[in-house]
Amino acid sequence: MAEIRLENLRHSYLANPGADEDYALKRLSLTWQDGGAYALLGPSGCGKTTLLNLISGLLTPTEGKILFNGRDVSHASPEERNIAQVFQFPVIYDTMTVYDNLAFPLRNRQVPEAEIKSRVTEIAEMLELTSTLSNRASGLSADGKQKISLGRGLVRADVNVIMFDEPLTVIDPHLKWKLRSKLKELHQRTRRTMIYVTHDQTEALTFADQVVVMNLGEVVQSGTPVELFEKPQHTFVGHFIGSPGMNVLPCEVNGGKAQFAGRTIAVDNGAAATGKGRTEIGVRPEFVSISRGGLPAEVTRVSDAGRFRIVETRCGGHMVKLLVKEGDTVPEGQTHLVFDPAHTQIYEDGWIAGAKP
Amino acid sequence: MNKTVNNRAWWLVLPVFAMVAFNALIPLITVVNYSVQETFGNNEFFWSGTTWFKQLLHDDQFIDSLQRQIIFTATVLVIQIPLGLVIALCMPRSGPWVSVCLVLMSLPLLVPWNVVGSMWNIMALPDIGLLGKGLNALGIPFNYTRQPVSAWFTVILMDVWHWTSLVVLLCYAGLVSIPDAYYQAARVDGAGPWAVFRYIQLPKLKHVLTIAILLRFMDSFMIYTEVIVLTGGGPGSTTKFLSIDLVQKALGGFDLGPAAAMSIVYFLIILLLSWLFYTLMMRSEAK
Repeated sequence: MAEIRLENLRHSYLANPGADEDYALKRLSLTWQDGGAYALLGPSGCGKTTLLNLISGLLTPTEGKILFNGRDVSHASPEERNIAQVFQFPVIYDTMTVYDNLAFPLRNRQVPEAEIKSRVTEIAEMLELTSTLSNRASGLSADGKQKISLGRGLVRADVNVIMFDEPLTVIDPHLKWKLRSKLKELHQRTRRTMIYVTHDQTEALTFADQVVVMNLGEVVQSGTPVELFEKPQHTFVGHFIGSPGMNVLPCEVNGGKAQFAGRTIAVDNGAAATGKGRTEIGVRPEFVSISRGGLPAEVTRVSDAGRFRIVETRCGGHMVKLLVKEGDTVPEGQTHLVFDPAHTQIYEDGWIAGAKP
Repeated sequence: MNKTVNNRAWWLVLPVFAMVAFNALIPLITVVNYSVQETFGNNEFFWSGTTWFKQLLHDDQFIDSLQRQIIFTATVLVIQIPLGLVIALCMPRSGPWVSVCLVLMSLPLLVPWNVVGSMWNIMALPDIGLLGKGLNALGIPFNYTRQPVSAWFTVILMDVWHWTSLVVLLCYAGLVSIPDAYYQAARVDGAGPWAVFRYIQLPKLKHVLTIAILLRFMDSFMIYTEVIVLTGGGPGSTTKFLSIDLVQKALGGFDLGPAAAMSIVYFLIILLLSWLFYTLMMRSEAK
C-alpha cells in the first residue's frame, strides 16, 4: 500500500523530444491517495496508457519523478514497484491451467503453496472461475480469459496499486456490468489503491471516487464525479462528460459580465473573468430551462432519450440543448430559455475563468 | 439479389487440375505402373506383381541407406531446431540491425544447392580448404574422402549451415508476432527470462516450430544434391542416403521396376512420418 505521487512527469516516445507536441504526456503532477478508487478517463490516444505504464514501470519517464510513499521509483522495475496491472486484451499463459495462471504471480515471488492455494481459491470464487480451475486456460472464452487476467491482477495481497487498462473492452455487456460491480465491491473490501483506465464515462463515474480526465497528453481535471459534472474546469470536460455534453457558447465579457445574444447572462464566476482570449459560457443542458422573459430561441429538434427528452434549439445563432423531463410539456416553435446562474460559467481559452492551473 | 447457379465455373479449375495432373498425378501413376512390372527395354512390359517390393524388403543396400537416412535426419533436426530457436531469440526485434540480421540469415537459403555442395567440398579439402586444413593443423586428422567420420561431420555441418536459417526465420517471424502485452504482463507478474521463454515464447511458437520440424524433416529426408556434390555418397557408401541409392538404381542400373518400388516406399515413409509428426503435435494442442 502506498501513496503515489507524480512530480512534473513528462514522457516522450522520441529519442530527442523538442517541441511540446513531441510529448505523449505533457508535464503533470498528481497525487493518488492510498486506498483510493480512481478512474483515468479520456479519449483514445490521450496518454492514459502511457501514464499507466509509467506508474507501473513498463516505461521510464523522460522527465520528472514517481514517488511511492515518498520513495523515488522512477527507474525501478515493475517487480520492484510491486504493482499489478490488467491489460486491455486478455493475456493468459496458454499451456497452464486456470489455477496455475492465477498462481503464477505468486509462484514467481516464492509464496508458500498453502498460501497460494487459499489466495487462488478466494479470487476464483469471486470471479466465478472455481469450476474451471483445473481446465487448460487456452480453452476458455474471451470473457473467461479476461477474468483470468483480472484474477492475476487481484491475486497478490500486498500490491501497492492495481491498475486496469480498459479491462472490460472485450467483455459482454451484461457481464461488464457485473464485473465492474465486483471490482467496486472488492475495492470497498480491501481498500487497495485502484486506477481504472477507460474512455467510457459511465464506467469511470460508477467505479471511481475520484476521476482524472485527460486530453491531448494533459490532465484537464481531477475531481469527484459531481465536481466534474457541476463545475467542469475545461470545456473539454464539459463535452466529454455528460450526455448530451455541455452547451458552450461564444460570449463577450465586459467588467465581469457575460454578453450573449445581446443580453447579459448571469454567471457563477463573473468576478474571476478577465475577458482575455477566447471567451465562452458553458452551461449543461440540465441547467437550461424554459421561461418567459428569457433568451428567445427556436426549437429545431426533439429526441427522446427515455427518462427525458433532448430539445435542440437555436438561440442567438448557436445551438443550445436542454433537457425536458418525461411528462413535462415539450416546447414547440418560438420559446425562451433561461440558464441557471449557479451552474453557468465563463471559460477563457477553454479553461474555466479564475481557475487556470 | 438473385444468385445464378452456374456449374460452368468448374471449367475455370481445369488449368490447375491439368497442371497438378502433369506434374504430380501422372508421374506418380507411372511410377506405380513401373513398380509392378518387369521390362527388358523396347517398351515391353511384363506383369511382376509384388516381386519388387518383396525384394526391396530384403535388400541390404536399401536398409542400410534407410538407416543412414534416419540417423542423418534425426541428427540434423536435433541440431537445427534448437540452434535456430536460440539464434532467433538472440536476434534484435527493432532497430537498424534487424534488416542486417535478416539478410545475413537469408543468404544461405539463396545459394543454389549444388553450389553449397561445391563450396563445402572445397572448404573441407584437407590440403587447401579452410576447414580441412585448419582441422588438420589443429592436430585433428580430417579427410572426408577417406574417413567416414570426417565425411559425416562435413555433411551435417553443411546442412546445418544451409538450413538452420530457415528455422531461424520461421521462429523469428513467430517471435515478433507475440503482442507486447504478453511481455508486459509477464514483467508485472514478476516472471524471469526462463519463465517468459517457457510459458510465453515457446507455447506461442508451437505452430511455427511444427512447420519448421516438418519442413526440415521432409527436406533432409530427401537430401541429394549437396551430398552428391560433396561426397558422392562416399567414402564407400558411408554417406549414401536414400535418394542417392534411388538415383543409382534407377539411372545407373536402369532397374526401373525396383527403383519404382523403392520410390513408392520412400514416398510412403515420408508421408507416414509427416502425418505422424503433425498429428502428435496437434494432439497435444487439443488437450
